[in-house]
Amino acid sequence: MLYESLVAPFVDYEFMRRALIGSLALAISGSPLGVFLILRRMSLAGDALSHAILPGAALGYLAAGLSLPAMTFGGLIAGLVVAVASGAAARWTALREDASLAAFYLVSLALGVAIVSVRGSNVDLLHVLFGSVLALDDATLILLAGITSFTLLALAVSYRALALDTLDPTFLRRISPLGEAVPFAFLVLLVLNLVAGFHALGTLMAVGVIMLPAAAARLWTADLTSALPLAAAIGVGSSYAGLVVSFRLGLPTGPAIILAAGAVYIVSLAFGRAGGLARLRRPRRHLRG
Amino acid sequence: MAGCIRLENLTLGYDRRPAVHHLHGTIEPGAMLAVCGPNGAGKSTLLKGLAGLLAPLGGRIERNGLSSRDIAYLPQIVEIDRAFPVDVHDFIATGAMRRTGLFGTIDRCELARIEAAIATVGLEGFEDRQLCTLSGGQMQRVLFARILVEDQSVILLDEPFGAIDAATIDDLLALISRWRGEGRTIVAVLHELDLVRKAFPQTLLLAREPIFWGETCDALSREHIAAARAMVEAFDREAQECLRDEGAAENAHAL
Repeated sequence: MLYESLVAPFVDYEFMRRALIGSLALAISGSPLGVFLILRRMSLAGDALSHAILPGAALGYLAAGLSLPAMTFGGLIAGLVVAVASGAAARWTALREDASLAAFYLVSLALGVAIVSVRGSNVDLLHVLFGSVLALDDATLILLAGITSFTLLALAVSYRALALDTLDPTFLRRISPLGEAVPFAFLVLLVLNLVAGFHALGTLMAVGVIMLPAAAARLWTADLTSALPLAAAIGVGSSYAGLVVSFRLGLPTGPAIILAAGAVYIVSLAFGRAGGLARLRRPRRHLRG
Repeated sequence: MAGCIRLENLTLGYDRRPAVHHLHGTIEPGAMLAVCGPNGAGKSTLLKGLAGLLAPLGGRIERNGLSSRDIAYLPQIVEIDRAFPVDVHDFIATGAMRRTGLFGTIDRCELARIEAAIATVGLEGFEDRQLCTLSGGQMQRVLFARILVEDQSVILLDEPFGAIDAATIDDLLALISRWRGEGRTIVAVLHELDLVRKAFPQTLLLAREPIFWGETCDALSREHIAAARAMVEAFDREAQECLRDEGAAENAHAL
């Protein structure tokens, strides 16, 4: 019975195996990135950027149909343009970062939906908005795995720089000429992962597997070195659970994965040892000193 | 002269509005200079300019062989994100990255230096504490420890004694005197005039325009302080472009 539910779907069906590999790749690199996103107080910026990818992917779609390279390239360019443009708008105009990001992503989302509808059907629009984790082909899987490997390498190499840029950015700029480049490099990693997530989960859900496991992990530990692997583990677990549940109950896969991560988040909110609600309910006696 | 910092007609500010206006002067190597003046006088802006964090609007800073990266700088505490999960030891260790770079290992020699710095500022036993659990005075000790680890010949301190108790001030002041004994150049923004009179031989009194730069007892005279207090803080909305440089240039031509 347990085998039937937990293992059999992946043994019996190739599309389930592909979906598992794809979503695990997303979770392993996306969730640790989300930990940094939260530390940098950019959670909503991540959400905004995920929508900003849409018009680029839609232009790629307009040019070449549902083609992997065209939509990937278009999404990357659009994501980077919005990231840089809203950063520039925040720096040189009266608007703050949150307002300028919101403005740019709303325009992007509208533009993207408009472009897709010009040529495509509602089915295509659904594909773009919600992804198609059950229809990942070889090329897409290689792309996802490539982005994951690159992200993990980049995070390992730039770990100190990323941490220092959040903790004390002026110090980083004083000791290293690379300091100015760090926020931009982080945005590039973020957009890469959002584009990967876009193929599997669609533009509306992509940021879920980045943010939710990271937010949950933060509720269990305040230590960065354990929060990063914990977030990845929660992401992996939710992806697997989401796939199994969606297979058994016939739910759409992308939302099932995000809901699984959401469930972990809610449980962490209640019981998380480093910031959950349970900690408030039973205050322990204070110490002597 | 190597190691001296010369300010030539330096104007620093934001958005074309000068916060430090036409400042001339030289900071000799080994000098111990206090920068005083009312709020909004441009003291922190001057330090940011010296540290190379702000490009001049006019004039220049001549560092004679020093790069702006060779200067240690103690920011105001608010500029650090203390909610970031990092412990005291690791934060102080970032000072070593001046030598190891962002990617190098922190070897045994650096670890010994970090340990010594923690002992010097009296934070033994605090190594594992998170920054967000520290009091204001303890955080200031942490920042001083990082400067010790940085080990630079020029040290800039932005309000090192703001909201700090007397015992901590004494400890940190002893540390500053030690740096001076080692021949380092120290520039500190301070509001405690009695302390300046006691410990700092030279003072720059600033009120956007320099009021006086010289011996502390002359700089902090009653007339000078009154002149500094008379500074107008609000922007002049009708302000015209400052033509002082052009005037000077014309005079130079005439000569």
